[in-house]
Amino acid sequence: MSFSGPKHYRAESAKALKDRPSVRASVTSATDTFNANRSEAYSQIDSDLWRDWARDVKSHALTNLDQYLEQAETQLLANGAKVHWAETAHDALGLLEEIVRDHGIGTAVKAKSMLSEELGINEHLEHLGVHVRETDLGEYIIQLIGEPPSHIVGPAIHRSLEDCQRLFHETFGTPLDDGPDALAAAAREALREEFLAADLGISGGNFLVAETGTVALIENEGNIRLSTSLPRVHIALVGIEKIVPRLEDVSGLVQLTSRAATGQPIGNFFSLIQGPKRDGDIDGPEEVHVILVDNGRTRLLADDKAWEALRCVRCGACLNICPVYRQTGGHPYGWTYSGPIGAIIAPGMLGLEEAMPLPYASSLCGACVDECPVRIPIPELLLHWREKAVEEGLTPSIESAGLKAYTKAAERPGIFRAAGAMLRHIPLDAGGRALPILSGWVKERSAPESSAKSFMQQWKEGIE
Amino acid sequence: MKAALFATCLGDQFYADACADAVRLLRYAGVDVDVPQSQTCCGQPAYNAGRRREAIRMAHQTLDTFDSADYVVLPSGSCAGMLRCFYPDLLNSELERAQDLAGRTYELSHFLVEVLGIQDLGSGLKGKRIAYHHSCHALRELGLRNQPLSLLKNCGAEVVSWEADEECCGFGGLFSAKLPEVSAAMADRKLDTLSDVDFVTSTDGGCLLQLSGRGNRRRLSVQFRHLASVLWEGVGL
Repeated sequence: MSFSGPKHYRAESAKALKDRPSVRASVTSATDTFNANRSEAYSQIDSDLWRDWARDVKSHALTNLDQYLEQAETQLLANGAKVHWAETAHDALGLLEEIVRDHGIGTAVKAKSMLSEELGINEHLEHLGVHVRETDLGEYIIQLIGEPPSHIVGPAIHRSLEDCQRLFHETFGTPLDDGPDALAAAAREALREEFLAADLGISGGNFLVAETGTVALIENEGNIRLSTSLPRVHIALVGIEKIVPRLEDVSGLVQLTSRAATGQPIGNFFSLIQGPKRDGDIDGPEEVHVILVDNGRTRLLADDKAWEALRCVRCGACLNICPVYRQTGGHPYGWTYSGPIGAIIAPGMLGLEEAMPLPYASSLCGACVDECPVRIPIPELLLHWREKAVEEGLTPSIESAGLKAYTKAAERPGIFRAAGAMLRHIPLDAGGRALPILSGWVKERSAPESSAKSFMQQWKEGIE
Repeated sequence: MKAALFATCLGDQFYADACADAVRLLRYAGVDVDVPQSQTCCGQPAYNAGRRREAIRMAHQTLDTFDSADYVVLPSGSCAGMLRCFYPDLLNSELERAQDLAGRTYELSHFLVEVLGIQDLGSGLKGKRIAYHHSCHALRELGLRNQPLSLLKNCGAEVVSWEADEECCGFGGLFSAKLPEVSAAMADRKLDTLSDVDFVTSTDGGCLLQLSGRGNRRRLSVQFRHLASVLWEGVGL
């Protein structure tokens, strides 16, 4: 299975709910745990202060992006890393291909990277004849199944323990009742060989420090450390929005990101990569390539409101708290980034028409904005894209016509009340099937019952 | 004390008795209630759909309607949030008037507790087990959590704990019609985590329509009642 774009969101979400109820159960249960842990972790610090600070650091970096990117490049080169710039996914895959050819790469191990998912790295490596293996346990599971990730932090969040038990039984012959620890041990054993054999390690990057040319990586499993230090070549794929000015900024951001993502004070492993192995180093790659990827990010940056979404540190907190995301997981969103953050960056990165209907895939409940560690005004940005969608004529014409007529009536109280009185005599269950705006309502719910007398009528007659 | 009741479009048609109970409640609390006849809709359906221009027109209509009211009281957190939080941005050509209206606007329980200083309405809910649904906009835009709960408890009700009480019911206006399957699943999450109660109450008609509509479709026996009516019962006259 691969993504086919956001436009099938409604059909895909309906299908997931109907055909695979275990997805909803798995996602709800896992996000409940994420939420409880984050809430506890936020309560241990002055999270409002930390989040204000993080917002300001990231905004500052984004408003001086050109300057900091150049500084990062200079420092990376001075550290002995090679720096590449990719404007599009196509460019990034081309650069990857060159490195693979130059170094005669036959096998690759991958640390978890959403950017690599966005770019389609695995498919391209396979196309080049490279054996590629995901090494994050969740990524490993979905690679074995042949699915894209369903969550930014927990890619296999939509899979139940039973799914994994069955998968590992079929893949490794482990007993069907093996618990999570035994399954992880089986994966560890299989992956150990892959790590040792790999020519190339591919990672993403949580932060890129301009002043020192450092790629910072947070993880829990140790697979990123291994992927970036064992193979002879390391490629770090880094979105240009990951830049921060100073190393000390990372010290705060890594803690806040960990708390927001998993509720940990800091991830189990934290790597600061400063370039290839130096004389006297025991291990480390011979070459480090940093590919700086745009792929729609400057387009998002150019939007006068939605640029704030580029502050995102990919913690997944907005997905975990989102009651919409929690029903289906990430697959119905139709592209790499799901949930509230996916819905507000899709229009900027893919184009608004391509991203429809994601800006509408929200009840605007506002739960996300209370959790975001970098204070992205998510509901405001959802509305911003909805307003653009209206301007560009991307919303259904029946909806436009309906709301225009409704507005006209609302400006004329007499007509508004007369229309209300009339509607109360139409049985909505029957009317609902005929009116497109109501058909969605009565599909899943009983039609609402109108009051016997409107309030305005009661008021006119006198309220005792 | 004088206050104008904004029944809201949903309230007028679907929760008319609750609006009437809001009038009774306010009068009981000594408020001289007016219901300006030019009130229609606050504009939220258009605003949330991205139709800013239409939302501005309805906001103007509302602004003119309630210009002379000392207070505007709504049996809805969502519409109150619209006036308080979004009108100043929508009506920036008349910023001062919009801000003034925002400052005079209250959701019903908010008004009772913060403006009238009421804690105890009566004891008419003694023995009742109630689940309270925090509507998103009352909770997150207006910051209301304890106001409705303390009023209910002080009337003798037991407000039961509910794992999903602060989660969205899935209404979201147009959202419920555009994406009915996900919307219904959101309602199911609420309904499936409910314990045995006499009824569920909330201050927003939209949420109640959603939850009761879904509950009825699933033939669940749980009842849903608007906060205004429940509080009026709480007075115990």
